[in-house]
Formats: sequence, structure tokens, C-alpha cells
Amino acid sequence: MPGNPLPDAEQLLQALIEQMRPTVGPETGLIGIHTGGVWVAERLHQALGVKVPLAALDVSFYRDDYQSRGLHRDVQRSDISFEVEERDLVLVDDVLYTGRTIRAALNEIFDYGRPGRVQLAALIDRGGRQLPIAADFLGATAQLQPGQSVELTRDAEGRLKLVLHEEKP
Amino acid sequence: MWLNPSNPQLNKKGQLHHLLTLEGLPAELLWQILDTAKSFVGVKVKKVPLLRGKAIFNLFFEPSTRTRTTFEIAAKRLSADVINLNINASSQSKGESLLDTVDNLSAMHADMFVVRHGESGASHFIARHVAPDINVINAGDGRHAHPTQGLLDMYTVRHYKKDFSSLRVAIVGDILHSRVARSQIHALTTLGCPEIRVIAPKTLLPANVEQLGVHVYHDMRQGLKDTDVVMMLRLQNERMQGMLLPSAQEFYKSYGLTRDKLALAKADAIVLHPGPMNRGVEIDSSVADGKQSVILPQVTFGIAIRMAVMSILAGTKGNG
Repeated sequence: MPGNPLPDAEQLLQALIEQMRPTVGPETGLIGIHTGGVWVAERLHQALGVKVPLAALDVSFYRDDYQSRGLHRDVQRSDISFEVEERDLVLVDDVLYTGRTIRAALNEIFDYGRPGRVQLAALIDRGGRQLPIAADFLGATAQLQPGQSVELTRDAEGRLKLVLHEEKP
Repeated sequence: MWLNPSNPQLNKKGQLHHLLTLEGLPAELLWQILDTAKSFVGVKVKKVPLLRGKAIFNLFFEPSTRTRTTFEIAAKRLSADVINLNINASSQSKGESLLDTVDNLSAMHADMFVVRHGESGASHFIARHVAPDINVINAGDGRHAHPTQGLLDMYTVRHYKKDFSSLRVAIVGDILHSRVARSQIHALTTLGCPEIRVIAPKTLLPANVEQLGVHVYHDMRQGLKDTDVVMMLRLQNERMQGMLLPSAQEFYKSYGLTRDKLALAKADAIVLHPGPMNRGVEIDSSVADGKQSVILPQVTFGIAIRMAVMSILAGTKGNG
């Protein structure tokens, strides 16, 4: 669309990698949040040479809007195959918005154990937080109008792209 | 009335509000339940907070251990509060009517009823009378339906066989008294299974069973030939009135699943049984414990199916 205010996702990813490099070691646990967060986490996991396997969370069973929105059709299985206890973790999401997804992810992580530290990485922060949550590593911020939303897409070659959606009033 | 008049299990948007029978449920909803159950199978965390604060009442008007226990485990893994009521032993013997019992429990702020009853249609009856924010799950009513059993059987078949569209399935035994068989036949048909066989003596088949679209066999050896899935049924001694069978031994000889009979099915055929088994009556121990038996995985999948049904029902309220 003309005047797309969104930055290039691949560039944001590179920025994120450089920010995280000093902090993330081979034993750091990376946890992507389905679906876009997992794509970002896969790339980070590879670029940062993390040894422990990549983990993925689907927070559907932990969401606070389940009562009003019901259960998502294709809930993925959460998979954390490493020991969470005392480990440094980085939670990875594509778009940071209200913070409610992150709240749900934190609750789920604590059902696996007590991590040593949890940090948050996001490709883009679109504002509109409803909880006291902030990213430790961030690609960019974007000022979006109410009714707009951002979605991360991945093409057949694995390239990431941010797409702007306008909600019809 | 806010429920869908043509199918009282659905709300006006076509979403599942009660689970009473698999008959007439669209394939889309069955797949939704099976997919959701899949996400619960193998979840490492023992408990998820989805139904926290919900009160689920297990109303068992008829004794059952396994079904009640798996519903209880499913509800607890979703963090719901579970209250078990064995009603044949309490108020009903004091003369309270079914509706009075249900009204009283509703007044205790129930969110969901799981109902097992000896009379066909009991859970429909309850579903018609409860407040609109209460969900009802049929956990077996008389000879009518046992939808979660049918669903867990479908989950099991899908798990081992992947696809329904080329399967030959045999259902063997006491079809007449079996709500399980009815639920299986409806689900298999909806999910696109091309060939369903029922194998039973004439006395244990309902009249006009062919109208359900099944092929009838009285000879078990013929019926099992080249099947992919063998679903055994329990011989329901407690429902037998009169002389439908000469004896359990006679039944075993003709309709008990033994190794040599199972050898007529495909080499990779799986054997299901809803439990509890009468070993040496409808199934031989060597088959029940053999490598083609998936009877214990069925029990495990049953928990995931019940978690899926409960979370789908509780989640449709806001959209009602």
C-alpha cells in the first residue's frame, strides 16, 4: 500500500541480532510465541548460535480473553524441551501490543519451572500497552492509528515481512 | 429461544453449546474437536488455567468409573472445580424429580453439567431446561448416545490411520444396547469413512440398522475380512432383559475376538474397545493385550477429547 509506515522486517531482525549478541549465550533459552514469534526466534536461534533447542509457546490456554473470544481453532502444542529452572530465557514475539500475550506466556513458562531471568525481544512495538511490560530488545517502534494492526508474514523463501491491516469500521 | 431450533446443541452462530449426540453435528465441528484435542495430547504442563473458577458437576445417575474419572481428570487439568454426584444413591431415592435436582444444582452456580443417565434422552431433557449460560455434556444416555466415547474413538482411528476416506471399519458385538456403536456410526459417516460394517447376532441388532448406512454381517469371519479397524463393544449384561443370548460362552465362540479371527483383518488393523472389557466374552486376553490393541491409548486420548469438548463449550459463551 502507498505510504506504508512499516519498516523492513529483515532489517529489524538484523538490528535485533546485534542488540542480543552480547547477552545471549549458547545456554540461553529462546522461546518463540506462535506463530510470528516462532519465525523470529528460529532466525535468532540460528544467527546467535544458541546450543539449547528452540522452544515454542502457544499461549491459547493461558489467555485472559478466552471467556469472550473462545478457543483458537489451531492451537499448537507448546514445546519447551530444555530445563527452565534457573536458566536465562529470552521470550520472542513479533509484534508487541497490549502486553497480554506476554503476560500469558510468562504464566505458562512458570508452569515449567522458575527461570533465572526472562527478557523480552520483539520485532516491532506498536504501542497501546495495557500492562506494565516492556521489551529488552526491540527492532523498532511504530505509531499506529486505532483500527490498524500489524501482521508478520513469511514467504516461501523464508523472508519475513510486516503487513499493515486496516480494520473496516 | 437463543439455541438453534434445528439442532439444540448449537447456538445461533452454529457453535457448539451442548454436546448431546454426534448425530447431525457438521464435520467441521467434529474436526475442530479432534484438532483441539490434539493440542492437549502430550502437553507437558499437567494443568492449564483455561477453566479456572468454573464449577463442573458430574451428574451420574448410573454407575461409571472410567468415564467419570476421565471427565474429572480432564476438568481438573483445565483447572476447573469438579463436583461428583452419584445421584442414584441420593436425592432421587428420596423422590426428588430430575428437574428439581438440576434446578438445585444450578442454584449452586454450576457452569457445566456432565450427565450420565440410564434413560435415552435424559441429557437432551436437561439441556432444554437449564439456564442459557450452562453447558451440558452427555456422558452416555441409555441406548442413545455417548458422544465423547465416539469422539475419542475417532481420535484414536485418526491417530493410527491418519485418514478416514479409505478405511473399512467393523463394529462388533452388542449393537442393540450400545450407545457407543451409535455414536461411532454417526461420527464415522460424517468424517467420510466409506465402509462401516456391523457384526452381531440378529438378536443384538436394532431393527432397520441398515438405514444408518452400514453393512450387516452375522458371520464374524466374513465381516472382519480385510478391515482396517475393529471396534469391539462390551456385552452389556446389565442391560440384557430376557433371553437374547444362549450364554456368554456361546457368544465368545461366535463373536469373541480371538487371534485367529483377527488374522482375517488387515495385518496392520487396530483393535479398539470402549471398556470395561469382559475378557473371554467379547475379546480374548491375547488380543486385548496384543500389539494390535490400542485400548489403553484410547483411555489417554479420552482425557484430551474431554478437555477439548469442555474448553470449546466454555469458550463459546461470549459469542452466544
